[in-house]
Amino acid sequence: MPELTFQGKTYAFEAGETVLDTLLRHGLPAAHSCKAGSCGSCMLRAPAGAVPASAQTGLKDSWKAQGYFLPCVCRVESNLSISPVGADAQLSGTIRSLELLSPDVLRLRVRCDAPLPFRGGQYVTLLREDGLARSYSIASLPDEGELEFHVRRIAQGRMSGWLHEEAGPGDRVSVLGPSGECFYVPGNPDQPLLLVGTGTGLAPLYGILRDAIANQHRGPIQLFHGAVHKGGLYLVNELRRLAAAHAHVDYSAAVLQGEESEDCLVGPLDKVVLSRIPKLTGWRGYVCGDPALVGLLKKKFFLSGMASREIHADAFLASVV
Amino acid sequence: MPNETLYEELGGAAAVDAAVDVFYRKVLSDDRVSEFFDDVGMDRQIAKQKAFLTMVFGGPVAYSGKDMRAGHAHLIARGLNDSHVDAVIELLGTSLREVGAPEHLVVKVAAIAESARADVLNR
Repeated sequence: MPELTFQGKTYAFEAGETVLDTLLRHGLPAAHSCKAGSCGSCMLRAPAGAVPASAQTGLKDSWKAQGYFLPCVCRVESNLSISPVGADAQLSGTIRSLELLSPDVLRLRVRCDAPLPFRGGQYVTLLREDGLARSYSIASLPDEGELEFHVRRIAQGRMSGWLHEEAGPGDRVSVLGPSGECFYVPGNPDQPLLLVGTGTGLAPLYGILRDAIANQHRGPIQLFHGAVHKGGLYLVNELRRLAAAHAHVDYSAAVLQGEESEDCLVGPLDKVVLSRIPKLTGWRGYVCGDPALVGLLKKKFFLSGMASREIHADAFLASVV
Repeated sequence: MPNETLYEELGGAAAVDAAVDVFYRKVLSDDRVSEFFDDVGMDRQIAKQKAFLTMVFGGPVAYSGKDMRAGHAHLIARGLNDSHVDAVIELLGTSLREVGAPEHLVVKVAAIAESARADVLNR
């Protein structure tokens, strides 16, 4: 069996193990979250060319060139020497504020010690000082100086539990990233945009929406935010104000269960959206949140005429640790 | 141009891009075959359909008969048969006409698709 070298010591791989499996089996403090090659939490570094290209899928080119890879999806046939991510990929920062937006969604603002280049809608891995890692979408824009995240309280969730109950302004955290392809791209300013998300899928959409406005997007922008109950909706007043201030921006809230009212639609999100906009030919779509619903909406939008290359999605994978 | 390949005559990669959404939308909407296209994520399906269209357009594709067999074995277990291959070839023709391909090329594409039948059905 090949061996893994990490911080001056060697560890044996077992058959079929990923690099992350090996680290965890030996009790090493390896940050990780999705274990599916998506969130980027577990990123480490290896000599260029030492890991298969599949272990670098989704990483930006400059990181690939530096040997960064995702150990949770990396299996190797020969000896491998790895090191932690460098300071160039990770930024320290300070929690500035924590504010409840709804009973279970927290708005977290973090100021990084140096500017982080990103696009609204991308995501970063947030690391606590002890290495606990979770990824969150960025709801703010770079010129705001602080990163805004929407953190839903998850039962037994370690990071969300800490942020909701213990963390406070001044606490130190780090961010790793950004990652993700779901963001506004200027260049077609008259194209109609459809933004649909559930739960904290609103976070990336809030970033994308404001990025589109900041880039003087002229075409109609329709935002739909869905939740099971009305209690799951949040930022309602801010979004209404944003829509009122921009004639081409429209915001609709939709719930699965509840009574129809002037400001809240009722029904499955795909049906709600398509009853409002039956034909999506020529539209660009952004879909964020629950993976099953993201998959369904992508397909429905495609069948309603949206071109496949115009569908941008960010499915929130649950943490498996 | 006498030396043009079928792939070039059809318009190459741009023609594949133009046809893939039309074709994939048709198979997803057709009750005869949609169940076989339904359980895989859209991005992977689009990539697969692009590879398939590139192949039947006579273009450069690393897609072997063995791949076709392996890729469809689990669908045969679910009942994939000649009637489904017929439907897909029919939808392929409709799609090509819809994006403006001339009839004599549609016929050539259908012949290449037909040649994959034995591999797809593992015969």
